[in-house]
Amino acid sequence: MTTESQVTAPTQAVAGFRLTIKAPLVLQSGAKLAPVTMAYQTYGQSNAEGTNCVLVCHALTGDHFVAGTHPITGRPGWWDALVGPGRVLDTNRFFVVCANVLGGCMGSTGPKEINPETGHPWGLKFPVITIRDMVQAQAALLDHLGVGQVFCVVGGSMGAMQVMEWAHRFPERVFAAAPIAGSYRHSAQNIAFHEVGRQAIMADLDWQHGDYLEKGTMPKRGLAVARMAAHITYLSETALHRKFGRKLQDRSALTYGFDADFQVESYLRHQGYTFVDRFDPNSYLYITRAMDYFDLAEENGGVLSNAFVGTPVRFCLISFSSDWLFPTSESRTIAHALNAVAANVSFVEIESDKGHDAFLLDEPEFRSTLQGFIDGAANIRGLPRRATP
Amino acid sequence: MTQTPPKIRVDLQQVADLVPAGSRVLDVGCGDGALLAYLGAHKQVDGRGLELSMARVRAAVTQGLSVIQGNLEADLKDYPSGAFDYAILSQTLQATHRPKDVLEQLLRIGKRAIISFPNFAHWRIRLSIVLGGRMPVTPTLADAWYDTPNIHLCTILDFVDLCRHLNVRIERGYALDGRGLPHSFSPLAPYANFFSEQAVFVLTR
Repeated sequence: MTTESQVTAPTQAVAGFRLTIKAPLVLQSGAKLAPVTMAYQTYGQSNAEGTNCVLVCHALTGDHFVAGTHPITGRPGWWDALVGPGRVLDTNRFFVVCANVLGGCMGSTGPKEINPETGHPWGLKFPVITIRDMVQAQAALLDHLGVGQVFCVVGGSMGAMQVMEWAHRFPERVFAAAPIAGSYRHSAQNIAFHEVGRQAIMADLDWQHGDYLEKGTMPKRGLAVARMAAHITYLSETALHRKFGRKLQDRSALTYGFDADFQVESYLRHQGYTFVDRFDPNSYLYITRAMDYFDLAEENGGVLSNAFVGTPVRFCLISFSSDWLFPTSESRTIAHALNAVAANVSFVEIESDKGHDAFLLDEPEFRSTLQGFIDGAANIRGLPRRATP
Repeated sequence: MTQTPPKIRVDLQQVADLVPAGSRVLDVGCGDGALLAYLGAHKQVDGRGLELSMARVRAAVTQGLSVIQGNLEADLKDYPSGAFDYAILSQTLQATHRPKDVLEQLLRIGKRAIISFPNFAHWRIRLSIVLGGRMPVTPTLADAWYDTPNIHLCTILDFVDLCRHLNVRIERGYALDGRGLPHSFSPLAPYANFFSEQAVFVLTR
């Protein structure tokens, strides 16, 4: 039953660049991973001095297709509103790089790829990876691309965790850092939500103890439930109410059954079932685990500011008022810790009722704030000014 | 993008003139960052700001300034000692709950503090209370008693007393008129407490 023919092709034809690094990557757990493939995209051109790189870090279910049209979904890239010619991360001025995270399922080395030792998909034999491991892999990619110091590392949610890790681990390689809607650690509540998602996947019999690719099954229901639960945490009560209220779905009365009577149910089901077409269940387990393990304070003697003593990095922390997954208080804690080491830090909360997802949406105040930070930092870095429209 | 900012308010100009080029500055209650932008553009100052109003913080960060949202009475304690050459507090001391603690924090964080405040002993204010029998509403204290954020108003003499009490050295000072322009006399002159509407002091420990 583990014949080759039953193995679901672990990679669909994914556009974008690939880099395979032969040297083993020593993971935070101590395990060694080799070779490591990084799937990535670049936008814009590197300048002669190599000083204009912007590294964008994606969130849990994001990928490296930040801008333009996504080659698989056909929809705009997840930060297309921010990345492009003349936009905040102006590809006429900056060399924008984004890589699928280690452990991901869009081409970078992860549990659905083939384990070179066995010739079968990694599945649960894939080592547990951390945010630090993701960042180490990105650093290796930037080495390959010839980028010494990154002008700005920017990302939201899990991307913000990577930004924090970059600034902590490689302060000399980061000129500016913009962690958005993020934190320095995953809270107990966030770990709890992730555990619900993981349990939903693992409770699906089609998960097959992680061997679904070998067994030719797919734990779609489990992954869909995980996505449904998580999706609620990305929104706010206000946003849900405004969008759906108690409105009924394609019917004028309650059915007195368990069909999706309410629009909000139908919406969540849709979110769940479209997600399974694009995401690998084991990847979901590994990446959520990486977020759970992240705690920059704990790693530094329980004092977050210890992680940034003497940091030369310019920070801009941005949170959203209705985000209860990574609330403003988390960004404020980071701001206080950075103040304690006299770091150069800006901290702004954007008024929005759209919850955590606001960082992915076109929020004008968010855009103008990030624009101000990027332009101010570019000015100090001696990069060309934005062409005034 | 940091552009050359236009002229700034006269009282801020007065404060800006007290800051040497190339200093590290914390502007506490920096508003939309007018002073920081000016100091950055004209004096190559490495400036940071702390501001209560999120809208003003956004306005400052949008200009490329390094400003965080926070409450000065809660947040000043986070900053390490001696982190800045100058800690600046313009026209805000009288609106704090514990001005003495704020002053001490500013002098801990900054090697020097620049403090400006309205003088409650100006003759117009005295007249308003003594003859008018009402709380003063003047160009420098423009709010009615029920609207004013100022809860700890003081006079120049009161402030000088507090500095003495805290063993704080007054390095420089200016007596200012209602528009913020300096008088020819020192704020420590006997009649300054009667004739100046505001004052600005450079303090150190």
